[in-house]
Amino acid sequence: MIVTVASGKGGTGKTTVAVNLAVTAAEAIRATQLVIAPENPENFVELIDCDVEEPNAHLFVKPQNVVKQEISTMVPAVDMALCTLCEECEKICRFSAITMIAKKIMIFPEMCHSCKGCSMVCPTGAIKESSRVLGSLLTGQSSHGFNLTWGELRVGEAMSPPLIKQVKKTITCRSGRGNSISEDINNKLSIVDAPPGTSCPAVTTLRSSDFALLVAEETPFGLNDLALTVEALKKLGVPMGIVINRADSEQKGIIDDYAEKENIEIMQRVPFSREAAKICSKGLLLVNELPEMKQCFKELYLKIVSRITQNAKESKYKKTFTKTATSSSDNSIVGRS
Amino acid sequence: MKELTVISGKGGTGKTSVTASIASLAEKRVVIDADVDAANLFLTLEHNLIETEQFQGGYKAEINPELCIGCKECFKRCQFDAIFEEITENIIPKLSKQKDEQIRDNRISPKFAIDPIACEGCGVCVHFCPTGAISFERQICGEKYISITANGPMVHARLGIAEENSGLLVSQLRQRAREMAKEQKIPLIITDGPPGIGCPVIASISNADALLIVTEPALSAIHDMKRVIKLGRQMNAAIYVCINKADLNKEISENIKEFCFDNNIKFAGEIPFDRAVVESMKMGKALVTYSDGAASKAVKEVWENVRLFMGDTMERVF
Repeated sequence: MIVTVASGKGGTGKTTVAVNLAVTAAEAIRATQLVIAPENPENFVELIDCDVEEPNAHLFVKPQNVVKQEISTMVPAVDMALCTLCEECEKICRFSAITMIAKKIMIFPEMCHSCKGCSMVCPTGAIKESSRVLGSLLTGQSSHGFNLTWGELRVGEAMSPPLIKQVKKTITCRSGRGNSISEDINNKLSIVDAPPGTSCPAVTTLRSSDFALLVAEETPFGLNDLALTVEALKKLGVPMGIVINRADSEQKGIIDDYAEKENIEIMQRVPFSREAAKICSKGLLLVNELPEMKQCFKELYLKIVSRITQNAKESKYKKTFTKTATSSSDNSIVGRS
Repeated sequence: MKELTVISGKGGTGKTSVTASIASLAEKRVVIDADVDAANLFLTLEHNLIETEQFQGGYKAEINPELCIGCKECFKRCQFDAIFEEITENIIPKLSKQKDEQIRDNRISPKFAIDPIACEGCGVCVHFCPTGAISFERQICGEKYISITANGPMVHARLGIAEENSGLLVSQLRQRAREMAKEQKIPLIITDGPPGIGCPVIASISNADALLIVTEPALSAIHDMKRVIKLGRQMNAAIYVCINKADLNKEISENIKEFCFDNNIKFAGEIPFDRAVVESMKMGKALVTYSDGAASKAVKEVWENVRLFMGDTMERVF
């Protein structure tokens, strides 16, 4: 099960919610206070930070044994000895990444989208594969009993979606939605931290999520951007719920009115406090520092679990969250392929 | 003409609130909202819309099921997993009766379709389709606007839901703003940038004279600020830093100031946490026109400093 934490507006608290939720879920599983008792509690939860432009989850999780891997994308290189200057490559390229200037083929690697069109049309095989570094893929273990994986876009690189796709490939649990996968939807919980906005990076991250948890703040900016994200999720067909962060009071506000109109559940209100802001600013976890926050995130986690169970029952997939989660460990291996 | 871009790396540090205020303080300027997929500046700056124009983004491929012979050429070549086998049931309604019968008789199958969200618009499938079944149209991906505000024009946009090409849209907005500045002899362009360091950010800061980074006293904001400073230096822009909500963690605020000093970055000031910021936003006004409190005073000071620094930039660049 892939739960993606998103918001249109930046700085609403996506990362705060994602890391605290991951710690809460991992603890709840270990304590087996819940109906779910997977065979492999240590591997039940994973956190994936897809905000590759500005990844922050690792600052809170402080993972150990971090492994770093460089991620590149294909860009063309021309063997001028084979090139006949037919210009076919220039004709097919939609991104002005390859062009003929003064009887020489020039390549602009940073414009290239790696569609490989140039090498496919080249009649003499003069186009070879070179590469451009997109950034790094990092993975490490949290002392709270889950793995954190994140991407780090190289500073100066413009395209984050190809790196986000690579980060998403590491998700060990497969989505029950999209494609044709339906068997192993529920045996793991992957919490994904999404980038802000409603454009390619956010959409790339949110595609094929089972559930989106939207972190909203009760300001006109917050409402405007929340509505944009909701529209994007409707287009993608991802079910969603809202967490109101830095809520001023228990009283209903503009986000509640909007949620009611759109028929979206408000799953939790995380109250504003200067103390909480200070804890987050130091890179500490709210659930470790404040007992009321621990309770708050536990409630949120339980609500998400029950909501997902309900969704699974309602959907065409036969297996429910509890059933597959308690079933044999075979399923957890399937997800890795 | 000078160009100042307000960025932050991390989202939600207060770029738009600061931009709205300095756009209200600068006597004559063009202001751009370059955060095109979550635009907010129009909510906090009183304006009158005077011009709307469609934004033409990239191309999208679409397969005509009538012409598709299921040869898999497109499917094999697409690098973006955008082409998938469609279940015949789904496409039957779209087809003619004759084709319908052919499918039922298993004479043709399977069919392919393109997921418009995954399509990168590279046109490789279009080129290789043997039956010309794939159409390739330029998409309308949003709208560009020009509005009139108290101290000059505002150039803004709305990118369509889940659309791409935000970098191209930002470049077009900046081009339009430059033209207007030239025509109307306006000396300053202020750009409200998007969060992150990716394509719309690069489009927002390329060729800018100076960047004002709005950060906040949190480890995550510092981490993101450092990345955006590195980007700004690669693009040869002068860099200034101000701290928003500076009193939420004074110790970290001091560290940021020290960092700026050590790295030869001009420090433009500290803005305290103030409820008036959100209140002004709720009233649809810029902070400096709504309140005269602590944050409002601090923003005015930041602007005075940035103006002084920009003077230097002017001499250095021209």
